[in-house]
Amino acid sequence: MKTDDLIRALAADHAPRRTSPTRTLAVATVLGLVVAAALFAAILGVRPDFTTVMGEPRFVFKFLVTLVLAATAFMLGRRLLGPLDADTSWWLTLAAAPLLLALAVAIELSVLPSGSWRAQLIGSNALLCLASVPLLALPILIAVLAALRQGAPVRPGLTGAVAGLLAGALGAALYAAHCIDDSPLFVAAWYSAAIALVTLVGALAGYRVLRW
Amino acid sequence: MSTREREWGDLMRAANAGDATAYRRLLKSLEPALRSVARRGLGRAGFSRDEAEDVVQEILLAVHLKRDTWNAGEPILPWIHAIARYKLVDTLRRRGRRIYISIEDVAENLLAEDPPPTLATDTLTRLVQALPARQRDVVRAVALDGGSIREAAERLDMSEGAVRVALHRGLAALAARCGEPNA
Repeated sequence: MKTDDLIRALAADHAPRRTSPTRTLAVATVLGLVVAAALFAAILGVRPDFTTVMGEPRFVFKFLVTLVLAATAFMLGRRLLGPLDADTSWWLTLAAAPLLLALAVAIELSVLPSGSWRAQLIGSNALLCLASVPLLALPILIAVLAALRQGAPVRPGLTGAVAGLLAGALGAALYAAHCIDDSPLFVAAWYSAAIALVTLVGALAGYRVLRW
Repeated sequence: MSTREREWGDLMRAANAGDATAYRRLLKSLEPALRSVARRGLGRAGFSRDEAEDVVQEILLAVHLKRDTWNAGEPILPWIHAIARYKLVDTLRRRGRRIYISIEDVAENLLAEDPPPTLATDTLTRLVQALPARQRDVVRAVALDGGSIREAAERLDMSEGAVRVALHRGLAALAARCGEPNA
């Protein structure tokens, strides 16, 4: 086939109104989140004292840090959707949530007697956290990867990792409503581990499915 | 702003606003520049430049299918460079050569314009033959026989909508198969 013939076919396939990939990514994230929320309601549900702890700083912080992480991962994912490389300043935005967490840990260590650090770190439900966050993240990860396939990411593995970070952060935000461990020490250890796991899965999946 | 930046940016904006002629002109204008990128890239990796036409067609398919990732508020040249570089590196990798090609190399080679070869490798024709029957017939009717969507619909006794869907799916399938190891 001559290149001229191909161009004729491409021109015939041109449609003026198409959905922007950014919009697709946003819609996919929301759809994934809805499925994850339904899953959350079906198997976990909010903790019994949800309404009484709603104003507790430690409890609120769990949502703050996971949602900040999700927002920065989404912005970076939006950039990686196109073929242009994301330079260092884009990646640096991801440091916002870890910095917040480090600050919270520092405050927690300064207000808690050192004798109770260990108990707060280990918490009461670490395994449930490690299992639930990836489970809740899974539908979000699948939806986000599907949306990214519409794009033109030039670094499939890294883009997949960012998708995992986004899905993991949102999964963690949901799980936070069920989790009775509120100490930033617990969040730093177990939420981070669970999100890292989803990020790894995202990287491996992205490496395979995000080539074009 | 370079002449090309303005020309290609304007054509793509017009195309996105529904101007099909502008879109065709954009692709026609990209063709010789992408050929220069493909020929020099293949040459540098030690491959025959005769394979360049396959690479040009692959990049054009990618430009077409991924054009929505260009943000109309941004310059178009960096976007074209990035698409061309990705497909060039990808095609060399599939041919067993991992070499580093910078955006600057691509940008520089894109400045030249190479005419179409008299004899070219033709992977696409083989890939078209392997498409599902409907997609194959539609792609042939539009690309090789030069028919419009309406003419193809009449000839193949399909609705225009069905022709559009089959054409789009066929082109997407071609792009995907270009990227497979033994394409």
